[in-house]
Amino acid sequence: MPNDNEIIDNIANKEYEFGFVTDIEMDILPAGLNENTIRYISEKKKEPEWLLNWRLKGFQAFQKQKLPEWQNFQLPPIDFQKISYYAAPRNKKKYNSLDEVDPELLATFEKLGIPLSEQKALTGVAVDAVFDSISIATTYKDKLKELGIIFCSFGEAVQEHPELVQKYVGSVVPHSDNIFAALNASVFSDGSFVYIPKGVRCPMELSTYFRINTENTGQFERTLIIADEGSYVSYLEGCTAPMRDENQLHAAVVELVALENAEIKYSTVQNWYPGDKDGKGGIYNFVTKRGICKGANAKISWTQVETGSAITWKYPSVILQGDNSTGEFYSVAVTRNRQIADTGTKMYHIGRNTRSRIISKGISAGHGNNSYRGLVQIGPKADQARNFTQCDSLLIGDQCGAHTFPYIESKNNTATVEHEATTSKIGEDQIFYLNQRGIDSEKAVALIINGYAKEVLNQLPMEFAVEAQKLLSITLEGSVG
Amino acid sequence: MLTIKNLHAEVEEKQILKGINLSVNAGEVHAIMGPNGSGKSSLASVLAGRENYQVTQGEVFFSGLNLLDMSPEVRAREGLFLAFQYPIEIPGVSNINFLKTALAEIRAHKGLPPLDAKEFLRLSREKQKLVEFDAQLVNRSLNEGFSGGEKKRNEIFQLAMLEPKLSILDETDSGLDIDALRIVSKGVNKLRSENNAFIIITHYQRLLEYIVPDFVHVLYDGRIVKSGTKELALELEEKGYDWLKEEAREKATTI
Repeated sequence: MPNDNEIIDNIANKEYEFGFVTDIEMDILPAGLNENTIRYISEKKKEPEWLLNWRLKGFQAFQKQKLPEWQNFQLPPIDFQKISYYAAPRNKKKYNSLDEVDPELLATFEKLGIPLSEQKALTGVAVDAVFDSISIATTYKDKLKELGIIFCSFGEAVQEHPELVQKYVGSVVPHSDNIFAALNASVFSDGSFVYIPKGVRCPMELSTYFRINTENTGQFERTLIIADEGSYVSYLEGCTAPMRDENQLHAAVVELVALENAEIKYSTVQNWYPGDKDGKGGIYNFVTKRGICKGANAKISWTQVETGSAITWKYPSVILQGDNSTGEFYSVAVTRNRQIADTGTKMYHIGRNTRSRIISKGISAGHGNNSYRGLVQIGPKADQARNFTQCDSLLIGDQCGAHTFPYIESKNNTATVEHEATTSKIGEDQIFYLNQRGIDSEKAVALIINGYAKEVLNQLPMEFAVEAQKLLSITLEGSVG
Repeated sequence: MLTIKNLHAEVEEKQILKGINLSVNAGEVHAIMGPNGSGKSSLASVLAGRENYQVTQGEVFFSGLNLLDMSPEVRAREGLFLAFQYPIEIPGVSNINFLKTALAEIRAHKGLPPLDAKEFLRLSREKQKLVEFDAQLVNRSLNEGFSGGEKKRNEIFQLAMLEPKLSILDETDSGLDIDALRIVSKGVNKLRSENNAFIIITHYQRLLEYIVPDFVHVLYDGRIVKSGTKELALELEEKGYDWLKEEAREKATTI
């Protein structure tokens, strides 16, 4: 391992060589993880002392932890020393028009029905000054500001609103929560920060796509959303467009805090590169997502459509601390080829009369493997707590797998916990029936899948739902017949 | 419109159609009757292109095209409609959305653009009325939780919407009470025209009191053993199938 001076020399030289502001070259830290890496990141981001210390505590926790062994898949070896922990602000390649963009990518956009302006933004085409999405974003940003809503990058929040960040960061997902969360705490690059003031109903869907000053920080992203008393926000993460990234390991953390009478709706569409047919390449998407209903009558709702990544491993959870609070989890996870998904949720019922609802729809095709893993925990004080879980698996072909691991722990005898599970195959009868009405098998499967996932797709904001529907169809193209 | 010549087919290596010959012209209604296991529903399945049926011999022409060369969806787009004996449930897919997709595919095959939302809605209302189909069922998931009768009526509603050239009704009367039977028959009668044709597969003469066929064929042991007009159906009702079975057996031994 190089000593400190070498690292600093290296960095210094790099800075000198390529500079920070050029368009094409990147500012990149040599691979490796130690305290200096963390100090370097923190310094680069001009972070206050407390945040550096928090990162360092995270790093200590990380060093003590081992990779889990309970998951229902073979975890490929991960060499944490081979990863570079600071890269960027990375500038995407710029194009002058869509004609220069990979036609295959454009074809996918076309199928997804993504508007032209959005296509440009996603591929990095210079956008028109009048119709561009950035100006839309600016308009939105002004509007949000008027309402006192803070929506910015995590880094910006650290500078502008340190008191909020300090109060809440790590309050839901502690720095030592699990090995990947600890890694994220020590090296997180950037992410989103949202604060909705008391009594404010955020008038638009906040989406990462509209966050300006976005840096390409996919690998170790950290998101913190705080909904103050009586407020409401709907947040969209990701997009239906296929996302490629050279970083294989993604260990993001999302923390949601809903105070009394507040509601947070968090929707994700994840379409990272899944690897090739034989499972080569592809993203490992190991994310820790958790929300807390801190006050009475708070509500947190997770909706996810997971179609990408080689391995998806995450359990968006809700801690139901406030009395009468509600947690929801709606999920569609698709695995095909060699994809793996081990996903589900955890609902911790602590307060009285807390309710949770879990709707999980797994779809496996090819050699894909899909596991639902869920925990419903009812604490001793959670009188009259209620949970309903419905967990369905759909199989396409005979090489794929679907597994369910529901855990229920109840320490209160007034609680009601329901669990329903089904496994079905797309029937030849169903496909033939649709064929007989003029619909080919590909479209028939798409129809059946979308029908199957409807309960979850209905939870997504309108435009998103339409794209997600198409995404499901495209993802499963060629899976049948 | 449809010409079946010496059609042989098997399922799981068991021969079930053993040389069917049949001609159906536009404007005609043919009834196919016969005892259980005689091959009636198999004939419908083979014509619609169900995968597990293998045609081993013979040919079928539909509007001058080789039907057996076409995939099931192309047969449907060319205007062949099968009203299923047991309509399939597809949860979460709304009846109307399904029909919209189907109609768009059929129109695309003819080089026509899909109907716009307004036109489609108007067509749907018109056909609902024509076949007396409950408007509430239109927006429900396709056949999910429908009663037996509702499913059968949905088949007729689909038939009305898709306007096929040739409709095969596979025991549409089974499981229908007398009122539903009347409604279904009324619907079919309204849809009959010079330009389309129907093959009605049934066990019982009862349906044929409402939908009067031009021809009646009796299928037994994979062959059409007798053809006639609607009077044949009455004769069958009276005498049962046994005398035909006898005849068929005698014929088989003399050959």
